[in-house]
This record gives sequence, structure tokens and C-alpha cells, in this order.
Amino acid sequence: MGIMKNSEENIIHAKGLSKAFGDVQAVDQIDFTVKKQSCFGFLGPNGAGKTTTIRMISCFLEPSDGVLEVLGKNVKESPRYIKERIGICPQEDNLDPDLTVENNLRVFARYFDIVGKEANLRSEELLHFMGLFSKRKATIEELSGGMKRRLIIARSLLNRPKLLVLDEPTTGLDPQSRHQIWEKLQQLKNEGTTILLTTHYMEEAARLCDQLVIMDQGKIVVEGEPKALIEQHIGSSIVEIESDQEDVEIYLKAHGLEFERNPTHFFIYGRAIMSLWPEISQKFGEKFCVLRMATLEDVFLKLTGRALRES
Amino acid sequence: MKTILKNISWRSWRVWQRNFDVYKATWKVNFIPPLLEPLLYLLAFGFGFGNLIQNVTYEGQAVTYLKFLAPGLVASAIMNHGFFETTYASFVRMYFQKTYDAILSTPLMLEDVILGEIIWGATKALLAGSFMLVIACLWGLISWTAALMMLPIAFLAGMAFSGMGMCFTAVVKNIEMFNFPVFLLITPMFLFSSVFFPIESLPRWTQYVAQAMPLTFLVSVLRALVMGHFYQPHIIQIVGLLAIAVICTFLSIFLMKKKLLK
Repeated sequence: MGIMKNSEENIIHAKGLSKAFGDVQAVDQIDFTVKKQSCFGFLGPNGAGKTTTIRMISCFLEPSDGVLEVLGKNVKESPRYIKERIGICPQEDNLDPDLTVENNLRVFARYFDIVGKEANLRSEELLHFMGLFSKRKATIEELSGGMKRRLIIARSLLNRPKLLVLDEPTTGLDPQSRHQIWEKLQQLKNEGTTILLTTHYMEEAARLCDQLVIMDQGKIVVEGEPKALIEQHIGSSIVEIESDQEDVEIYLKAHGLEFERNPTHFFIYGRAIMSLWPEISQKFGEKFCVLRMATLEDVFLKLTGRALRES
Repeated sequence: MKTILKNISWRSWRVWQRNFDVYKATWKVNFIPPLLEPLLYLLAFGFGFGNLIQNVTYEGQAVTYLKFLAPGLVASAIMNHGFFETTYASFVRMYFQKTYDAILSTPLMLEDVILGEIIWGATKALLAGSFMLVIACLWGLISWTAALMMLPIAFLAGMAFSGMGMCFTAVVKNIEMFNFPVFLLITPMFLFSSVFFPIESLPRWTQYVAQAMPLTFLVSVLRALVMGHFYQPHIIQIVGLLAIAVICTFLSIFLMKKKLLK
């Protein structure tokens, strides 16, 4: 009974999911479950395997190994069934430059067999929802980056998807546009749409996601709720000391503090830092020490390292 | 092969509709060049070149050069428009505009997209052939009945040339690489498939090569319809075009799947 109920509430279920391109293992044996009406995030440095995972969920790529079920169907067996019921916002803009804003929606709706009056109504409704109605006659070229993003989201909602998949929905947007998109996604979530997103912005993930995974080199490094992850891996606060001196390291080690070091800074975690903060800032200079709230970004950097990724 | 057959569906029609919508929106640009093209050819060859040659012998019968030429020009318009649509135009849609990617995030499968594109290429070929036919009919070079009979052949040949084009689109790495099939395949066909002169005037070994060219099949069938000399070999040539259309459609879908969905 319990299992039956669970599988009904799972929008996505992946077990041992893998994808290899030749010798490169882009996604390596990952397990995850996305529950109905939740927002699930994929975080990770470039080349971690986020987009490959999303492309498998969207039935663009077949998994090389493992099980992947979307809306209760196997992606290998029922791609058409799945694609009919999900909405996909790709990373790159693939709006149709040959068509106007409203025709982009109408032509796209037709791929879902939404035609005639119904297509017009649905397009209009979504143009209003995304604040693009005044631009309906414009060409794609005339839109700003933020408007294009919003139009892509509007397009992905035409078929009233049960699952909305967004690959870096706010990359390259100005703060206004980003907040506007967050607002709309929040609204959709409240209305009951299940959302899956990848992002490089930790603030975005912390704000929107109920559950997230951090991926690195094709594997899931950690999974959890944003707040719990911060608490578990960093604590509530973090201290940064701008210094490259050995005596800082000696001091931190002497006090048994957990820290990371790069050429210019020390990053100190753990519960003990609150009590030691006055002493630290005294000792190493107020100007060079910062005490701040821990964020998801700290978790991310701690778990995936600070080195740049080739990709 | 089995999955290709399973995934091909009527939804290809949606891709055709998308292209037709774009065509309608820019109809002036799409309409005028293919309409001017036959006029230019007929002027150049009718008044320029045609004055040098009085008659050509076809099936032992003397015909005016323009009458000989007209079906050849219809055929080459079909080839060019069919082939160019699924090479340059499809490549731009696939590679630069990411239109295929967008369509694939709907219930359509890659099979539907490619088949829809090839049918659209055949439609463009049919349109170009029709423009040429209308001019040729008005000029009195082709009868209206012969022209009507040519339409289904034009569409079939359009499928063959569009299918060929799509095979190249599935393998080229960049748009400049289309120069190879254009110079090595399309231009030789245009020159040696008896559009401008009977194949019999070529050296013997060249004749064998020319006989095997898909454009030769088409020119031969269209010319037979114009002259009213339609025989069994022409049926074989039609079957040949059909075979090319079917094989190239499947091959291009197979190659595209390898390229895009690996």
C-alpha cells in the first residue's frame, strides 16, 4: 500500500541512472526522487552532469544505464507520453526567430494539438501571465534577454505541464528580470506545478527549492533541504579572514576549528566560531575579518572545492 | 529501422505547417525569385542561345530548342529548390535557430521533424516547378494537360532531392561543407542530365554516368510527358525516383538520430 502511494506521488524516479558519451561518464549511477508539487534543484559546477540529467528527463537523450521514470512512465518506452505532459525551458534560447511573439506560442501550441480558439486563448493568457502581452506583435529580435526568458517559460506552460523542467532559467539576466522570474515560478509552484531546475545561483536554489542535490563529476555529492544542508555542513555562520599568514592557520588548528584556505582568505565554519569571534577579530584585525550568515554557496564550495572546472 | 517506423507519425504535418506559416509571412521574398528565375532562363536561352540552335532531335523527331529545354528547366528547378531547402535552410533551422531542439520538447519525435522537413522541401520543389510550368505553358512550350500530369512527379522528385539534401545535412559539420555536394553532385547533374542537350551527344562512358543521375530520370520523364512519348522505361525511372525518396528519407533519419540523439 505504502509503496503504491509513494510511486503515485513521485513525479520523477531515478535509480542507478547513468549516461556515457564514449569514454566520458557524464552521469554516473545517480538516484533521486522528485515528489509531486515540490521544487527540486540540481546544483553543480559546469560539467557536473546537470544538463545531461535534464536532457534524459526531457527524453532528448536515452540513459545508457539505470532506471528513469517520469510521471510513472519509463523514458525509453514512452517518450511521447512524457513529452506531451511536461514543459521544458532549455538553457539556450531556441525561440523561433522566423515568427512573432504570439505566433511562437501558437505554432508551439499546435505541436501539442492545441489549435484554433483554444490556442489563441491559452497564448493570450500566458502572455498576460508573463507580462508580455504588449509585445505580442514583436519579433524575437526585438525582445530583451529577460523577455526572451519569460517567453520561453510561457511557451513551456502552453500544455499545462504537470512537471516544469528549467535549465538555468535566470542565467545572464539582470536582477529585476531574475526576481520577476522567481516570482512567477513561486506562483506556479503554489498552484501545484512540480518544478525541476538547474542553477548556478545559490540564492535562487535556496529561495525556490524544497529539495536539492549537488552534483559533481556525474555523481550526487549531497542531497537535502537547503536550510538543513547549510546547518549540517557549515553551521549558521561563517568567518572569513583576509590573510595569507601562517599564524592564522596555527591559531585555527590550535582551537580545533574547521576551516578552508585559499591564497588570500581563510574560511572558518562550525558552531564554535560565534564564541571565538570577538577574539578572532581582535587578533587579526577587524578590517580583515568578517562574520556573516552561512549560505548555500558556502556548502557548494565546501563540497565541490574552490578549483576552477575545465568544461 | 523498427523504431524509425514506430516513431514516424502524422505529427510530421505540424512541422510542415510551421514552415508554411513562415513561408506565408515572408511570401514576397519567397514568391518573386522562383517566378523570375524561369523568365530569366527562357529569355537567355530563348532569345540568346536558342538563336544559335534551330532544332534538336528527340526520339527521331525535330523539336525547337525551347520546347526541348522547357521540361529540363522545370526539372532543374525541382532539384535545386528541393535540395537547397533541406540543406542550407534546414541546417540554419537546426544549427543556428535551434528549431529542432524546440520542437523536440513537444510530443514530436525526431522522426516526425525530419520527415516533415523533407515533405516541406518537396513542397518547395513542387512550388518552384509549378512556377516554371506556368511560365512555360503561357509561353506555349508545354500543354496545360501535360503540366498537370507533371505535378505528382514533381512532388515525388522533390521528395527524392530533399531526402538527398537531408542526408548531407545530417553529416556536415558546418554550413560551408555543403559546397561539396553542390559542386560535386548538383552542378554536374544540372550540366549533364540532358537539361540542355541530349545525353547521346556525350562521349560514351559519360553517357553511362549521366544515365544513372537522378536528375536524368526526372528530365526524361517530364520530357516524355511534354512530347507525348511516354514508355515503359519512364515508369522504371519513376520507380527509381520513388526508391531514392524512400531510401534517402530513412537514411537521413537514421543519420540524424546518430548525430543529435547520441
